[in-house]
Amino acid sequence: MPVTAADLRAWIRAFANQVAEERAHLTKLDSAIGDGDHGQNLNRGLSHAVDGLDNGNDDLPSTMKSVAMSLISKTGGASGPLYGTFFMDAGKAVGERPELDVAGVAELFRAGLAGVQRRGKAEPGDKTMVDALLPAVEALEEAAENGEALPTALTHAKAAAEDGMKATTPLQARKGRASYLGERSKGHQDPGATSSYYLVAAAADTFGSSA
Amino acid sequence: MKKLINAPEDVVTEALHGMAAAHPDLLTVHFDPTYVIRADGVPEGKVALLSGGGSGHEPMHNGFVGRGMLDGACPGEVFTSPTPDQMQAATEALDAGAGVLHIVKNYTGDVMNFEMAAELAEASDVEVQSVVVNDDVAVEDSTYTAGRRGVGGTVLIEKICGAAADKGHSLDEVADLARRCNEEVRSMGMALTSCTVPTAGEPTFDLGEDEMEIGIGIHGEPGRKRMAVESADDIVDRLMTPILEDLPFTEGDDVLLFVNSMGGTPLIEVYLAYRKAAEIAEKHGLRVVRNLVGPYITSLEMAGLSITMLRMDDDLIDLWDAPVHTPALRWGA
Repeated sequence: MPVTAADLRAWIRAFANQVAEERAHLTKLDSAIGDGDHGQNLNRGLSHAVDGLDNGNDDLPSTMKSVAMSLISKTGGASGPLYGTFFMDAGKAVGERPELDVAGVAELFRAGLAGVQRRGKAEPGDKTMVDALLPAVEALEEAAENGEALPTALTHAKAAAEDGMKATTPLQARKGRASYLGERSKGHQDPGATSSYYLVAAAADTFGSSA
Repeated sequence: MKKLINAPEDVVTEALHGMAAAHPDLLTVHFDPTYVIRADGVPEGKVALLSGGGSGHEPMHNGFVGRGMLDGACPGEVFTSPTPDQMQAATEALDAGAGVLHIVKNYTGDVMNFEMAAELAEASDVEVQSVVVNDDVAVEDSTYTAGRRGVGGTVLIEKICGAAADKGHSLDEVADLARRCNEEVRSMGMALTSCTVPTAGEPTFDLGEDEMEIGIGIHGEPGRKRMAVESADDIVDRLMTPILEDLPFTEGDDVLLFVNSMGGTPLIEVYLAYRKAAEIAEKHGLRVVRNLVGPYITSLEMAGLSITMLRMDDDLIDLWDAPVHTPALRWGA
């Protein structure tokens, strides 16, 4: 079954729940190499985004825009503009389509990732959100090419994001506050890559189950 | 955590209410979105100066809002960048027809949020220029990091550019002046203790009783190295040496020497450090023509110091001496 605006809203709620549940974990990861506010900030932004979802039967682009604006205005720090731009650009890419197939979901994530990179100027391997998002996008695109069903495609994307997240541990951070640690940033999993994995995992758990 | 607060999540808002109550003649605090602007309004045709950043660095930036310095400031949560909607609202409120200069400290979050705000302001036809301050010499490898951080130089740039805007300089001129000052200023800090963000409840980093961090950032970001605590004179030497080694100071230069408390270090120790810093500057043939001593850009209750040196010329001295009346800096007015 294709992804509808209602599925997108379920995805955002699942993402928000996951961040709320893992807030302490994100804080711990961020305290090790950042300033410890990633879980707190993202939770604040997402709670506001979820409140904004309750008012109705928005279509795909307006759902994405409302989430983007909530994250931009309520999150703060670096994660507000980064996740805000993800949803803003992802929303523009899916446009007026009523629903999304595997290729559409891949486009959504590709556009969101491009937005994150435009805003944050991070390259793969810099120990950032990009390191979890890029493998997921590539897995989705490959699945679309191979004609895989949505749940299978998302299962692959989730696994790829998880691998990407774990692979940030040995990396030296080159962007954001963690970069000031230099060598000392090695040996810690990146909090941004971790929340980005939750974003992909939430999509797999919600879009996957609608099939 | 032992702090003089009510609830961690109310700290920023309650402090802002306190500032509004204490300085109604100088500033007005708006909420939802949150921003602080000068109480008497920006004079028609004057370039407006807006800065902002995470809270916890008081008096920066709200304490520099008034006459002759900042026209507005956007406070974020503690150590968290403010958001574009705050900046956009403040930018629109401040524009008096001559445009708005955004003074941004080089932190990933601050830069991205101000960038988005500038994009939003463009859409509403307010002319905006942005200057990113990055004066922290502690960051050695700016290619593979987010670059040098904006620290003590920000305070000096806000004062000097505020005076230039008062004298009727255009937006381009004030922005150029800010960029020129940024090239002429260098800073380095150190910490004796960590600090605790109220909502985190635990110290940002661990520092042993006999340890210090040299090159600390104003949010407790790590610096160049962690080592055993030394005498004040040796510590000041460790901060002054990289500042002097970096461009642009040469013998015979006039400088402004700014010795800053990170919040927890008392003035008696800051003056003790200033004595040594001035001695080192003069030994290098520099003339300390102006100074600033005290807590102006802090990291909550962190004990420690930062030292900033700005190379001065006659124009900059005139602008520094120009009248200023804000909660934290006041002379000639």
